[in-house]
Amino acid sequence: MGVAPSLATTPSHRFVLTLSRLWAWAFLGLMIVFFVVAVPIVSNGAVNFLTLRNSQNILVAITPVLLLGLGQTFVIIGAGIDLSVGWVMSLASVLSALAIRAAYNGGVPLFPSVAVGFAAAVAGACLVGFFNGVIIAKLKVPAFIVTLGSSFVVRGVSLLLSENTTVIGLPPGIRSYGNDALIYYIRGDGGGLHFLNRPEVTGDLLRRMDPILPYPVIVTAIVVAMAIFVLRKTQFGRHTYAIGGSLEAALRTGIPVDRHIIQLYMLSASTAGVAGFLSTLRFTAGSAVIGDPLLLASIAAVIIGGVSLFGGAGSVMGTVIGALIIAVLTTGLVMLNVESFWQFIVVGAVVIIAVLIDQSRDLIIGRGRTG
Amino acid sequence: MAEPLLSIRKMTKRFGGLVAVNEVSWDVYPGEVVGLLGDNGAGKSTLIKCVSGVYQADEGEIYFEGRLSNFARPIDARQQGIETIYQDLALASNLDVGANIFLGREAKKRYLGGLIRVLDEPHMLRESQAALRSLEIHFPNLRQPIENLSGGQRQAVAIARAIYWDAKLMIMDEPTNSLGVPEQHKVLDLIRKLRDQGVPVILITHTLPDVFAVSDRLIVMHRGRKVTEKRTAETNMQELVQYMVGALDDTRVQ
Repeated sequence: MGVAPSLATTPSHRFVLTLSRLWAWAFLGLMIVFFVVAVPIVSNGAVNFLTLRNSQNILVAITPVLLLGLGQTFVIIGAGIDLSVGWVMSLASVLSALAIRAAYNGGVPLFPSVAVGFAAAVAGACLVGFFNGVIIAKLKVPAFIVTLGSSFVVRGVSLLLSENTTVIGLPPGIRSYGNDALIYYIRGDGGGLHFLNRPEVTGDLLRRMDPILPYPVIVTAIVVAMAIFVLRKTQFGRHTYAIGGSLEAALRTGIPVDRHIIQLYMLSASTAGVAGFLSTLRFTAGSAVIGDPLLLASIAAVIIGGVSLFGGAGSVMGTVIGALIIAVLTTGLVMLNVESFWQFIVVGAVVIIAVLIDQSRDLIIGRGRTG
Repeated sequence: MAEPLLSIRKMTKRFGGLVAVNEVSWDVYPGEVVGLLGDNGAGKSTLIKCVSGVYQADEGEIYFEGRLSNFARPIDARQQGIETIYQDLALASNLDVGANIFLGREAKKRYLGGLIRVLDEPHMLRESQAALRSLEIHFPNLRQPIENLSGGQRQAVAIARAIYWDAKLMIMDEPTNSLGVPEQHKVLDLIRKLRDQGVPVILITHTLPDVFAVSDRLIVMHRGRKVTEKRTAETNMQELVQYMVGALDDTRVQ
């Protein structure tokens, strides 16, 4: 009513708001600059940070963390949490390996076998997500407890299915699905660009060859694009923000809250399923322990990216930046010959700083005030 | 007089041994503002929750637009056009004005034969602007989240949403609570505008000056019973307080 200026429209508050949105980008940029300068100094010019090969390595490294984080982004914006995604990824890895092996040994050609593996991974993961969601939405058990419990169940099931060992004996052809790249670039003499086909080269040429856009990165990029679209442009995304920001409002306006929450956990499980499927292709094997160490990194990426743990705020690009920050930090510190234990300490500090920045913004612009 | 829009007949609601609402009968007519008064625990909220489908009455009938309407769920009451506006609860504070007006009923553009449905933001923004303008509400920026708005502005958004979705009866629970004085006046202005547009308003409040400022009629409840029903012009604050504390009781006299 009237034209009284509200808080966020005054220039100083707008500045704080913009700054808090951009800090993650700024931090990522600063970090890259730091490593670009520091890595050659430490290695006496022998190693550079910002090379084509290193950039692609970082992209490959973030794919599983990012995929786990994408589903988690939706869940946390909806004011939930999914602690089961790590083990769901493992389950999906085992399921897809078993399915691919069974299909291929049963006479199915390679590509359809891989498709069967994908379906098995995503369907198995979705089933876990469905049970998580139903127990959380219908039986009103806190998400933290439900997904903690289900992660143990899933862990047990994965180990049973894999008979506590790596699932091997997969067709060797799948290796190229999980590791080849869209483009290959060979520097210097006799080099050039090669599309869609890994050139058969050896020796010196092989050393000069860099993959560009490995397939797992492309798959992840497609999932990222879909996630951005769904969160920003669709009713599903809008309702996710509404449920996380004000459950009461969502209920009163007739949003099917229970159904939506179930869908959120199915979505979260299915991106973990894709991650498990990709890891099976990448290592030509299914592993029941591949996902667990990635869980906390994925939640860290989501939080660094500015998703509020209280729900109702955050973005997909934030999570992408968060995952990039972690990967750049980790890779950069390795190239500086810093002992790997320091990575944990630095990543932990960044997570806490990210939350501090988020909170100070809330204090300044008065988020969460009542009345 | 015209047909009542809402007609409550001998409604009773019990919670165990407690009779929260006791044989209350009450009519609300088109284009009037009716005050619903009473001390804490008088049964105002229970009565209203029975009307809006949150509770189901144990005895008695509710007629809305002449039809028997004992609503089973709040959503049923809303779909019939009974809109209840609470202080703060029904707006998503992290979403903007347009998103809130269309919350749960988003406009979508369909692509590929409905396979892909995308939020139609320009349409929702245009319609929201029109809805606010019809109530003479002006916001400098509709894209800012509700959390940046004042209490009165939020009430305005809630009212605009109800009007946009064709509310036929507006129930407002303590709408001026926790508002500054200028904002209180603006909310009362909005209530008058609703009446001028023919939408009756039930105003639940403790604030007697509000009742005298906008209501045409009022009822007072005490311990679950309707103790009086008056035209606002024919009573005064002192008398109302006596009804509210139980010193006066029309039903006892009869």
